[in-house]
Amino acid sequence: MQLDLPILSICIWLPILGGLWVIFAGSKLGEGMVRVQALVISIAVFLISMLLYQDFDPTTAAMQFTERMTWIEAFKVEYHIGADGIALPLILLTTFTTILVIGAGWEVIEDRVNQYMGAFLILEGLMVGVFCALDALLFYVFWEAMLIPMFLIIGIWGGPKRVYATIKFFLYTFLGSVLMLVALLYLYRQTGSFDLAEMQAVALTATEQKYIFIAFLLAFAVKVPMWPVHTWLPDAHVEAPTGGSVVLAAIMLKMGGYGFIRFSLPITPDAAHALDSFMIALSLIAVVYIGFVALVQQDMKKLIAYSSISHMGFVTLGLFMMFQIYANTGNWQDAAMGIEGAMVQMVSHGFISGAMFLCVGVLYDRLHSRQINDYGGVVNYMPKFAAFMLLFSMANAGLPATSGFVGEFIVILSAYKASFWYAFLASTTLILGAAYTLWMYKRVVFGEVRNPKVATLTDINGREALILGTLAVMVLLFGIWPAPLLDMMHVSVEHLVEQVAQSKLSVARL
Amino acid sequence: MKELCLIIVLAPLVGAVLAGLFGRSIGRAGAHWVTIIGVGISFLLSAHVFQQVVLNDVEPLNTNLYTWLDTGGISFHVGFLIDELTATMMVVVTFVSLMVHVYTIGYMHEDPGYQRFFSYISLFTFSMLMLVMANNFLQLFFGWEAVGLVSYLLIGFWYKKDTAIYANLKAFLVNRVGDFGFLLGIAAVLMVCGSLDYATVFQAAPGLVGKTVSIIDGHEWSLLTLICLLLFVGAMGKSAQVPLHVWLPDSMEGPTPISALIHAATMVTAGIFMVSRMSPLFELTETALSVVLIIGSITAFFMGLLGLVQNDIKRVVAYSTLSQLGYMTVALGASAYSAAMFHLMTHAFFKALLFLAAGSVIIGMHHEQDMRKMGGLRKHMPITWITSLIGSLALIGFPGFAGFFSKDAIIEAVKLSSTPGAQIGYYACLFGVFITALYSFRLYFMVFHGKGRMDHHTEEHLHESPAVVWVPLVALAIPSVVIGAIAIQPMLFGDYFGASIFITEAHAKGLHHMAEHFHGVLPFMLHGMMQPPFWFAMAGVATAWYLYMQAPHLPARIAAALRPLQRILEAKYGFDAFNEMFFAGGARGTGGLLWRFGDVRLIDGLLVNGSARLVGWFSQLLRGVQSGYLYHYAFAMIVGLLALLAVFVHKVIA
Repeated sequence: MQLDLPILSICIWLPILGGLWVIFAGSKLGEGMVRVQALVISIAVFLISMLLYQDFDPTTAAMQFTERMTWIEAFKVEYHIGADGIALPLILLTTFTTILVIGAGWEVIEDRVNQYMGAFLILEGLMVGVFCALDALLFYVFWEAMLIPMFLIIGIWGGPKRVYATIKFFLYTFLGSVLMLVALLYLYRQTGSFDLAEMQAVALTATEQKYIFIAFLLAFAVKVPMWPVHTWLPDAHVEAPTGGSVVLAAIMLKMGGYGFIRFSLPITPDAAHALDSFMIALSLIAVVYIGFVALVQQDMKKLIAYSSISHMGFVTLGLFMMFQIYANTGNWQDAAMGIEGAMVQMVSHGFISGAMFLCVGVLYDRLHSRQINDYGGVVNYMPKFAAFMLLFSMANAGLPATSGFVGEFIVILSAYKASFWYAFLASTTLILGAAYTLWMYKRVVFGEVRNPKVATLTDINGREALILGTLAVMVLLFGIWPAPLLDMMHVSVEHLVEQVAQSKLSVARL
Repeated sequence: MKELCLIIVLAPLVGAVLAGLFGRSIGRAGAHWVTIIGVGISFLLSAHVFQQVVLNDVEPLNTNLYTWLDTGGISFHVGFLIDELTATMMVVVTFVSLMVHVYTIGYMHEDPGYQRFFSYISLFTFSMLMLVMANNFLQLFFGWEAVGLVSYLLIGFWYKKDTAIYANLKAFLVNRVGDFGFLLGIAAVLMVCGSLDYATVFQAAPGLVGKTVSIIDGHEWSLLTLICLLLFVGAMGKSAQVPLHVWLPDSMEGPTPISALIHAATMVTAGIFMVSRMSPLFELTETALSVVLIIGSITAFFMGLLGLVQNDIKRVVAYSTLSQLGYMTVALGASAYSAAMFHLMTHAFFKALLFLAAGSVIIGMHHEQDMRKMGGLRKHMPITWITSLIGSLALIGFPGFAGFFSKDAIIEAVKLSSTPGAQIGYYACLFGVFITALYSFRLYFMVFHGKGRMDHHTEEHLHESPAVVWVPLVALAIPSVVIGAIAIQPMLFGDYFGASIFITEAHAKGLHHMAEHFHGVLPFMLHGMMQPPFWFAMAGVATAWYLYMQAPHLPARIAAALRPLQRILEAKYGFDAFNEMFFAGGARGTGGLLWRFGDVRLIDGLLVNGSARLVGWFSQLLRGVQSGYLYHYAFAMIVGLLALLAVFVHKVIA
């Protein structure tokens, strides 16, 4: 069935308008109705986004579901959106996660419910916008606008040190983005338009590319986040409400990786090539250094935040190894493998980190503490919860048959093709990841009850079980059968690799 | 046959899911019935497959079930390879598992986690079957990690016990160290062969001989040696070879049935199975074989010694397992894969028997595990006593019992082997026999003979365990006696393994020599009785008898006289202390250092907050300049003008 609907626009604007509706009609609707309507909207958006999956043609790298109209005539800015096999999984991840986040805040958020729900819906629309914008300025608008609801979510519903955390979060990401804007403006001058495809095609000298690459790097590296610009993340996570942490970890971090794929690699391939060792080094530092740092965290959210940074190291590693892999094997297909591994890692990390933050949220809602030492013996009172958390912890530690294994596995396999030592350092996550995750699990869940408050815990209710259960199904499904996810992206990744393989230096400047 | 195999793996999984998720609604009896039926089906069908593949010589099955994923032009599958090697493992795994399921009804009947336990052991059976039935490295790794997961769950089954949850974390992490190497090995295989399917890889293996890689600049290493050593690191973790053995003794914190199933009979032999499966790779590299042999020798001998000073009945059996795994590894290093597999099989039966018998003793003793508080149990627990004796005789290699054939075969094979280091292996195994007999019969005499040292209350309540406990003991005792005599001829000297194990001509000489001199089971036994291993075993039994029956005051005096040695053994050579301090402490220290200095001080303190302070300081400075007095501004303008003028003049002159 081929409906001629602007599906992508609906996925962007339905949640935004729905969010505004919920905010402004909130006082009339009452809290109960606000929750129901927000949930209905998020489910509707998800179902509509599934139409994308249904109608998606995985045999072409061309942008699909494109919509194009003039936005600002004078500067040739267009409202141009579309999706390919790289954007689609991330769009679906966004619409899927939002439902869970709305559900997770159901009875926990009692203060300004309409604004809370509205903020998440608006955030959803803006994030979908980031993933499907094909016009650089449109991308930039979504990219920056997205910060506002997130800033408010942490600032209003966050923990005691939320002001420090929000300012740090905002300044870090904003400073990075400003340089990206400068780069985009420079590219606009070169191409005469903000069209992404033209920017990807324009010839640039090595120096130009390097400056642009570094400007992009600052914007995207902060979002990923890469070492050493990662320190905003633990603070933001610790102070954010559960839903905020979930969106932050599951989706917003992916924008950095997505930015590298959409902007840095195709627009500045030669700079990416020239600086790849640097990028790989930063990625490996993230994996190893942050793995050690995660080990000593006492705050559960901080620990998971550090674990996120370490896992995102695999994303950037997978993306920037391609030149060295090609140099070693002479086969661009091998290079594509690393990128696909990075993509899988992003999607899978969305599920797993989301689930881990939800698990901490479940505990925090009951005892109002995130300190590992305040727990111990939780399994005695919350056996169902313990089972779920075990599954997600194992997934976080990269156990095969969970989605957490797939991305790491592919990236390690391709890292070996670049260098034995890359694979060696990346594989330390097998030990470190298991160590910090399971050590935390042991101290929180196993053992005798030491804190009398733990004895007051009640096991997860139906709502929580449904949310965690849904994530558990996804984690297992993509662990046991990841093929559909990869089949979606093959052609688009191949296209990307072709683009990147083509040096821009040899093309004559018009 | 593909459908059959699918049922074989899925039946236990269905049982596990039913018992795990619906444990409360189906109840205790429901949980043990669904899992036992599941594993029972698995066992019967495995026996059928065994009959087909091994006895009727049906072509091995190599088939893919589904494509896990495609990437970079490579397809990763989930599929089955059912050849003689796999079929043997399938029967051993499902049989021991079935026995353990039945036994668990008795052993765990008071435990509140009854259903959970059945769910776990069925899940284990599923994972182990996936491991042995894999036709590619990916699925092997799946099963490999899945059995590790279940082992983790079962060691920590009593999650309130501090020692148990310490032991399961330790087990998982040490295994992960092994998997670290294993995964790198798999990555190397993929890089050089372009596929993870066994068939493709093994076909490509001969072409890799002579190829080298340079990992550290200036050092060229043989590619195959590197791959095999990396894979072997994985085997060292799972099969508990020194120095990655440290988790196995601690794993005894788990309930006894799983010590029998997972930590003696099946999971810990996965490494042995894996190396046998990889024989087409290992055969091509003498260096790797030599390393395997040496590591095995060290494990076989030194871990056996530790069994001598243990007083916990399960720990004695655990160290014995370590030592026996060492024997199997030695056999692998000597290219006697069939001997290793043979010993793996006989060991699965008699070691499961010994563990379950120990469990029966523990039930009788009201969960007392200290042998110093036992004694004279043969009067109260006759079936447990006789089956334990059978198990012990099989373990020490008493002629006629299963272990005799497999252990003799290993020692003989090592003696004839040309692998560098085989001499060491031979002596380690030989002296190991004495030690095995000594600790086995030390346990046997301390538990079943002599005067009862338990308290009065316990002694009054001592009685034989219920039928669900002793029936599995008897069922395991039978193969512990007869399987060796039945299987030696086909397994070692016949065409039992077909093409599933590959040995180069040069390495096969030892086995050929043994085959030539094999004239039936009885002559083999008679010959064995004139060989040193038999006399070493007898000496061990006699020593145990003298020390623990005749002169029970002597062991303490010997220990006192050999105080330093005793200390080393009690500290288990210091591995645990070293790991705890160096690796665990080191990792925590590194983490703390990186966090406090790297993240908190340097990045956040200096760079982030530092730049914020810098901006603040600069603003302060600027604020000072904007004083609002007109003459200040006029002065600044004049200075500026002069400066510009100076530059201009300078340029003109130049």
